[in-house]
Amino acid sequence: MTTDSVADTEAHGHALELVCPAGSLPALQAAVDNGADTVYTGLRDRTNARHFPGLNFTPDKLRRGVAYAHRRGRRVLMAINTYAQPRGWRQWTDAVDQAAHLGVDGIILADAGLLDYAMRTYPSLSRHLSVQASATSAEALRFYHELFGIRRAVLPRVLSLAQVSRLAADAPVELEVFGFGSLCIMAEGRCLLSSYATGDSPNTAGACSPAAHVRWSESDDGQLESRLNGVLIDRFEPGERAGYPTLCKGRFNVGGQTGHILEEPTSLNSLEILPQLQTSGIRAIKLEGRQRSPGYIAAVTRVWRQAIDRCLSDPEGYRADATANATLSGFSEGSQTTLGAYHRSWQ
Amino acid sequence: MPKISLGPCHYFWPRKQTEAFYARVADTPVDIVYVGESVCPKRREMRPEDWIGLGRELAAQGKQVVLSTLTLLEARSEVGIVRKLCENGEFHIEANDVAAVQMLRQKRLPFVGGAFLNIYNGHSLRVYREQGMVRWVAPLEMGRETLTQLLADNPARVLETEVFAYGRLPLAWSARCYTARYHDLPKDECGLRCIEDPEGIPVRTREGELFLNINGIQTQSGRIANLLPEWRDMLRIGVDVIRISPRPEGTAERVVALAAEMAGEEGALQNVGAGTVEDCNGYWYGQAGMARVLV
Repeated sequence: MTTDSVADTEAHGHALELVCPAGSLPALQAAVDNGADTVYTGLRDRTNARHFPGLNFTPDKLRRGVAYAHRRGRRVLMAINTYAQPRGWRQWTDAVDQAAHLGVDGIILADAGLLDYAMRTYPSLSRHLSVQASATSAEALRFYHELFGIRRAVLPRVLSLAQVSRLAADAPVELEVFGFGSLCIMAEGRCLLSSYATGDSPNTAGACSPAAHVRWSESDDGQLESRLNGVLIDRFEPGERAGYPTLCKGRFNVGGQTGHILEEPTSLNSLEILPQLQTSGIRAIKLEGRQRSPGYIAAVTRVWRQAIDRCLSDPEGYRADATANATLSGFSEGSQTTLGAYHRSWQ
Repeated sequence: MPKISLGPCHYFWPRKQTEAFYARVADTPVDIVYVGESVCPKRREMRPEDWIGLGRELAAQGKQVVLSTLTLLEARSEVGIVRKLCENGEFHIEANDVAAVQMLRQKRLPFVGGAFLNIYNGHSLRVYREQGMVRWVAPLEMGRETLTQLLADNPARVLETEVFAYGRLPLAWSARCYTARYHDLPKDECGLRCIEDPEGIPVRTREGELFLNINGIQTQSGRIANLLPEWRDMLRIGVDVIRISPRPEGTAERVVALAAEMAGEEGALQNVGAGTVEDCNGYWYGQAGMARVLV
């Protein structure tokens, strides 16, 4: 543990930090106004894993966002969590430079070369290990801690609650876990499904199942088809709710069965296990969704702020609130939520 | 001339089949053989000591043997399996996760960096080289142009570069077992049903296009990646090792054909035949991995 984080732990006790997404200045303001402790952001380019058209920050907008958050005592992080390509290495180091100059409170990185650059160039700028680095063991965390002095790591959504707790006991750094939002069912940073179908992956292009490759069409009998670079991802009956063609949530054929072979359209929701996460020593809860609207950010941030406050004031009496769960379900893919890998039966 | 390697077997085969497979491999001109379970810790037809024993037999027949570690680690017991391999004291390790790298760097042991260490640029390559990496496997989605650039930036050829050139691409790793899910079984009571499918289970789109292949917690490409015809080009840009990934049939034959082709026997690769599963080579040409680029 770095001296910084020791000081922090002492200052905050066992507080759970709420880390919320923002893909625009209004979204950042919504997160801050509704109780985020920290907001994570990214630049408007392929240096981060939400490289979507029209989304994310110009340096000027981010400067304004940082000022807005800092005036209210909140923190801003910048994700630079794609893998730097040899042609364009400078684009990634420029992003690190920007982060340092804009005064963000930390950067979220996955690439070993870039972690090395950031540590050498801006040793006092906090480095968090991105979920995209897929570190799932104390040994992996020690590697990143010893080599690059990371202060915190975000855990992949592949570990059960028991595994998360065990890891928290052994980890040399603070741990952050996902609380809510779109659910990656594959180990993050180790999924090439998107580039297999389209050529672009989260690792290289900062996008999964990118919109530029999506085509919708309607057949004569009213069926709606979604395709990704020509590959049929799903087909919907008239009246059936049609979701975005994220590759792993499509319906395919296996051995005569047709269905969601990998995963149903559903979102992660860990409200129910908040006290267990807190007592196991998890330091921060992350909400997914930099691509979502300010209205979404405001609503889910409010739900999580209240839940965390209730959990901290009375961990034993805490129960996930039915209204809160309903609010979150309303914002979820297919209106469904799951505990995902936290619950062993999901696996 | 590039060396030929046989990657770790991603499928779960009965022990006898595994032994017969490697006995056949030992008779081929393959230079390097990666052995070990890199997908699922529950597969125990071959325990770590069995893989080491198999490694000794292959080494006795002149093969360079490397032990491959698990790619996705979840439980402490799985970290223990990796540690046991790292402490074998005999063979090099292919580190498929940073946890293995950490164990090996602490012991100052040289290692091979697996494709999922995600080394996408020369700076990352240097970081791992400084920790003892002596060979690395390029990310599967890395194309010819990017690899050329990366290798051009690293002219001091102090470590070997390996490219996955034949077989189903391991595309994703999950906490969830898709084979168990297909059989409607909980993962904890999977019954190791993946042993029934020596080449995984094909996944097709609803219009019949072969798309993916499920193999336990691993999702593979439906199509067979085949960059073997590009071996000259790989040699030119600085690739040192060409990897063939095991399939139940035709693997040894492909090794033999590639070696023959490299030795000057034109058409040897073509004579092995394409087989019944479609090929792809898109990643190498900077396109969608499943694309088939005609060259």
